[in-house]
Amino acid sequence: MFKDEFEKYDWDEVQSSIYAKTAADVERALHKTRRDIEDFKALISPAAAPYLEQMAQLSHRITQKRFGKTIQLYAPLYLSNECQNICNYCGFSFDNKLKRRTLSSIEILQEAEYLKKEGFEHVLLVTGEANKTVGVDYLQKAVQLLSPHFANLSIEVQPLEEAEYKMLADDGLYAVLVYQETYHKDNYKLYHTKGKKSNFDYRLDTPDRLGNAGVHKIGLGVLIGLEDWRTDNFFTALHVNYLERNFWQTKYSISFPRLRPATGLIEPKVVISDKELVQLICAWRIFNEEIELSISTRENEVFRNHIIQLGATTMSAGSKTNPGGYAVEPESLEQFEIDDSRSVAEVKQMIEGKGYKAVWKDWEQFASFG
Amino acid sequence: MSDFLKIADKTFSSRLFTGTGKFGNHQLMEDALIASGTELVTVALRRVSLDGEDDDILQHLHHAHINLLPNTSGVRNAKEAIFAAHLAREALQTNWLKLEIHPDPKYLMPDPIETLKAAEQLVKDGFIVLPYIHADPVLCKRLEDVGVAAVMPLGSPIGSNMGLKTLEFLQIIIEQSNVPVIVDAGIGAPSHAAAAMEIGADAVLVNTAIAVAGNPVMIAKAFRMAVEAGRMAYNAKLGAVKAYAEASSPLTEFLN
Repeated sequence: MFKDEFEKYDWDEVQSSIYAKTAADVERALHKTRRDIEDFKALISPAAAPYLEQMAQLSHRITQKRFGKTIQLYAPLYLSNECQNICNYCGFSFDNKLKRRTLSSIEILQEAEYLKKEGFEHVLLVTGEANKTVGVDYLQKAVQLLSPHFANLSIEVQPLEEAEYKMLADDGLYAVLVYQETYHKDNYKLYHTKGKKSNFDYRLDTPDRLGNAGVHKIGLGVLIGLEDWRTDNFFTALHVNYLERNFWQTKYSISFPRLRPATGLIEPKVVISDKELVQLICAWRIFNEEIELSISTRENEVFRNHIIQLGATTMSAGSKTNPGGYAVEPESLEQFEIDDSRSVAEVKQMIEGKGYKAVWKDWEQFASFG
Repeated sequence: MSDFLKIADKTFSSRLFTGTGKFGNHQLMEDALIASGTELVTVALRRVSLDGEDDDILQHLHHAHINLLPNTSGVRNAKEAIFAAHLAREALQTNWLKLEIHPDPKYLMPDPIETLKAAEQLVKDGFIVLPYIHADPVLCKRLEDVGVAAVMPLGSPIGSNMGLKTLEFLQIIIEQSNVPVIVDAGIGAPSHAAAAMEIGADAVLVNTAIAVAGNPVMIAKAFRMAVEAGRMAYNAKLGAVKAYAEASSPLTEFLN
């Protein structure tokens, strides 16, 4: 289990070791061909800030070699905003007064039809955590309902049991995104005060269960704004390293959600600048040449336009973060504010303008019918 | 002198096979493929729209001289590969297949055990099977035994552009093979392609090096010329490479 490895590290020691990295460490990391986690620390450290352009050039080259001039497009499909958890950064938090809604099968298909018309083949299903109404049975039904219509389905929902993941994978589920939010175990409690999500260890063990269940892709990440983003990303990298060694048939992706304003929520404790976020993204690419790096519409137009050439491989477009937001009830309240509200067509045009190909379909469900 | 390459029922005048991934747009891909002179183009089934709509990748490959070679990229074992092969045959109307099974999504290393299993079944199912494999001479013979139409050993990790890191093993494979040997993966420069042809490879497959070049059309032409030059050099019989100077008074002169 990753937990065994995780427990060998002390947050404060890791943090000070990152901040102690020097220009020489950064240069060594940049000039190597195979980089380890100490190199990653150097690349995300303050010492690497003056090397940003060099990192960007390197990240650009490595990304093109592996992924070509392509950007994979996907759409989130919010199925429910019901949630029993109290998380003080999230719009869907239980104590947050908003109209709760869980889509029916007919409504799911209405939303799906809208996304299909937009051209999407890769769809991410999102829910809060409400086990009575949006339990694994509901998720299974949604996967079964959507699997014939899309080439590639992912979920971002409450952590499940290994057998449940296995069942969903058998029905055609491709990927599971499960963000630890923060690897700072003590402070995790401050953000997740009530509900099942307050169980740090169960969440930390989730990627192990996913690996054992044979899910094709696991998405990891932390919510930037809670704790020191450098230290949190070190632990994410440690987690990926562990998973790659133990579940070598699984693919991995990383996301970089920044805490966005939402109704009645905490202000970010730490703020990452655009420059630092670019540094972080480039550091990930230089450290792990094969990993998918995903950028959502939480980021603004200008940032998204440029990040295409700096290491990103996957993007959402035209997103709605409220259940029914595409077709059923477009006016309902969103989980967080979207900062890039361009249409799918506009995003596609922007990608093409950069000399990149927007990829809609990059999967076929070979296993589920086999 | 005619110097055609025959694989199963098809004859090729170009020994440069190409891929279709990683291009910035489909028009650029089409232009580069035309410039390369390629007659066999591999397409990932996972990228093709199979729901009956006219797929945009395929629209750019409708040329009389271009044959499609669907590949099974994305499958993790023999069972999935066999399923994908049948799907490809139906969707693309060809029984040619580039069999690739790389369960490791990081380095995309081919699984020799699953590949052999799948190849055996697919040959029985009537496919023309071209398996992508590590440069493993024994595996190549085993695949030949089950009836594959050619073997496609890698030069170095796929997409790495590192050239012929497996040179010694490729030479053994070429020496031993009764089926065409196509060096696939890792060819990053026209000089690498020429080197593969000079040692007697029957063809090479290039994708990343063309797709991500600054000018894909120009590099495609360069690859075409390099493959032709390398093949010509092979046919012409290269002079021996000598690691040391030959002594002017041989040790055996006293025997004359």
